Amino acid sequence: MKLTIQLFATFRNGRFKEEQKEFADGITLGEVVAELGIAESEVGMALVNGRHATMGQGLDDGHLLALFPLLGGG
Amino acid sequence: MDKILRVNMSDLSTRTEAVPKEWAGLGGRALTSAIVAKEVIPTCHPLGENNRLVFAPGMLSGTAAANTGRFSAGAKSPLTGTIKESNAGGLAAQQFARLGIKALIIEGLPKDNKWYSLHVNQDGVSIAEETELIGKGNFAVVETLEARLGKKTGVITIGQAGEMRMLSANISVKDSDSKLRSHGRGGLGAVMGSKRIKFISIDDSKAPGVPLVDAEKFKTAARAFAKAVIEHPATGEGLPTYGTAEMVNIVNAAGGLPTRNFTFGQFEKHEEISGETLRETIIARGGKPKHGCQPGCIIQCSQVYHDKDGNYVTSGFEYETIETLGANACIGNLDDIAAADYIMDDIGVDSIETSVAFGVAMEGGVLPFGDGKGVLRILKEDIGTGTPLGRIIGNGAGHVGRTFGVTRVPVVKNQAIPAYDPRSIKGIGITYATSTMGADHTSGYAVGTNLMGVGGGVVDPLKKDGQVELSRHLQIITVMLDTLGLCLFVGFPAADMPTCVPALMDMLNARFGTDLTPEWIGGLGVNTLKTERAFNIAAGFTNKDDRLPEFFREPVAPHNAVWDFTDEEIDAFWNF
Ligand code: SF4
Repeated sequence: MKLTIQLFATFRNGRFKEEQKEFADGITLGEVVAELGIAESEVGMALVNGRHATMGQGLDDGHLLALFPLLGGG
Repeated sequence: MDKILRVNMSDLSTRTEAVPKEWAGLGGRALTSAIVAKEVIPTCHPLGENNRLVFAPGMLSGTAAANTGRFSAGAKSPLTGTIKESNAGGLAAQQFARLGIKALIIEGLPKDNKWYSLHVNQDGVSIAEETELIGKGNFAVVETLEARLGKKTGVITIGQAGEMRMLSANISVKDSDSKLRSHGRGGLGAVMGSKRIKFISIDDSKAPGVPLVDAEKFKTAARAFAKAVIEHPATGEGLPTYGTAEMVNIVNAAGGLPTRNFTFGQFEKHEEISGETLRETIIARGGKPKHGCQPGCIIQCSQVYHDKDGNYVTSGFEYETIETLGANACIGNLDDIAAADYIMDDIGVDSIETSVAFGVAMEGGVLPFGDGKGVLRILKEDIGTGTPLGRIIGNGAGHVGRTFGVTRVPVVKNQAIPAYDPRSIKGIGITYATSTMGADHTSGYAVGTNLMGVGGGVVDPLKKDGQVELSRHLQIITVMLDTLGLCLFVGFPAADMPTCVPALMDMLNARFGTDLTPEWIGGLGVNTLKTERAFNIAAGFTNKDDRLPEFFREPVAPHNAVWDFTDEEIDAFWNF
C-alpha cells in the first residue's frame, strides 16, 4: 500500500520533505517511523490524516503521515 | 535596598518610596497586578487621570541566571477595559533590578499639552520636557538617545501610535543590539501616550547590582536551571534552530492555522512562511538564525532577517506576526511580512492586534486578501500618520469589525485572537476565553500540550476533555513565569524536566533568603489570577465576557471542528 509521508524541522535533515512510499499492508505507525531511522522518543507529534496518532496505530492505503520532532513555542 | 519610584504627571513631581511589606515578596506580573488592583479605580477611563502605568522587573531579573530579564508593564487596558500585564524582553528589566527598583508607578496626567520624558538612575527618577523626538518612530528615539546619553542607555519608548493613543499602541524596550522588544498587547502605549511621556531613559552605570543572600547556592541552582533549559528539546534545539515560526507547519498540519480571517484552518502556502523556510532564507542572506533579546538568553528564539541584498530588515520575527499576516491575511511572503514587522515596531503597534485587524479589514473590503503592499502602505501612510483609516485599523480588530460591519471578528474582550484557531486547538480556546487579559495565548499556552504533549502527554486538541483543567493549570504556572521575569519558554522545561522547578525555587531562596517551596507557585498563581479577576468584575465584566465570538460555532476545515463548549463548562474554569 502507498503512504504519503511529510517530515518537518530536523527530521528533514538527510531525509526528505514529502514522499510517497510503498509499505507492506498492516504496517503500524511505529514501524514506519523505525524504517525512517527515527527513534520513537524523538517524535513530538505524529499525525495521520491530520489527527494525533499513537505508534501502535495501523495504517491504510492512502494515509497521510506528518512527523515532527518535539518543538514547542510561539 | 529595593525601592518604588513614583511619578505624578499632574503636578510633575517624583518620589522614592520604601517597598510596602505586602509587595516585598512579589515582582513582575504579580506586582504590577497587585499595584493596579490596589491603586487604580476599576471603572476609570484607561486614558484618563485615574489610570496608572506600572513597570516592574521580575524577581530574578538582574541576576546572572539565564532568561530572567522579562519586564512587566501593567495598567487598566484601553483596548480591553480589563487589568493588563504585558511583558517584554530587552534590557530594561535587568537595569531596573540592578538599580534596586522594584517598580515604577506613573500616575496622573499633565495639565498642559507638552510632552515629557523620564530619566531613571541610581538617584531615582526625574521628569524633563521633550520636544525633539515628538512625532518620531521608535528606532529614531533609540538612535537619538544613544547619541544624547551614550550607547549604553536603556530606553522604553512609544512610537507615533502611542502618541496618538491608538488602542493597538505598544511600549517598546531597547534590546542588546539597539533594536526593540515590545510590551505588545493591550494598548499600553496609549496609556503612556495619555500621560504624555514619549520615552523613559535608564542609566544603570552606577547601579549597586542585585544582592544575593547566598551567592554559592544561587550559582549552583542557576547552573542546574540552565542545564534543564538546554536539555529540553524545545528550548535546547527547536527554538534556537527555527525560532517560534517552527509553529507554522505544526499548527497547519494540525488544522489550526487561522487562514483568511479565520475561515480555514490550513494555508496552501504554509511552507513559504514556515520556520524551515525562514531559517534557510536567513542563512542564505547572511542574517542570524538565532539571537537573544537580552543578555543571558540561552534559548535565542529571536533572529535577524535580511532582505535579498543582505540589508537588515527586522529582528524578533515571531510566529504570531508571521501567521496572522502570512496565513490569516493571506500574504504568504516572508519579505513583505518582515517589512511590515519593521514598520509596526517603528510606529509602535502590537503586531498581533494590527495583523488580525488587517484580516478583518480585508474581509470588510478595505483591501484585498493577500495585498502585502497594501498593508505596508496603510501602516506607513495611514496608521503612522493618523489618517481616519489609520486610526480605525490602529484601534484594533474589534474596532475595524464594527466600522466595516464584519461579523467574523476574532476578539475576546476586544483583544485580537492570535495565531491558533480555538476550534481545532481547544485548550488554547479556553485560555482565550478565560484569561483576565482578553485573548492572549501567552497566559496559558495550551498549544504545547495539545499538539506536542508537553508536560506529560497529548491532551487531544479536537476534544473538550481535560482542556479546562489544562488551561487552569497553565495559567497558574504562567503567573510564576511572568513574576520571576522568566521567558515564557521556560514553561517547557518547567513542565518536563524534574530538576527545573526545584532549581528555580533554590534561586529564589538564595536571592532573598526565603524558604519557599514549589507549593508557593500555586498560591502565587491563584492569588494573582483572583486579584486580576476581581478587578475585572469591579470594572463591570461578568462570566458572559468569558466567551468566544459566535462565528466559532461554524465548522472550520479540515476537521470541521466547532467551538462547542457550553457556558457552564467554560465557567468551571474559575472553580478554584
Ligand atoms: S528565548 Fe526568545 S523571547 Fe525568550 S529571552 Fe530568548 S530571545 Fe527573548
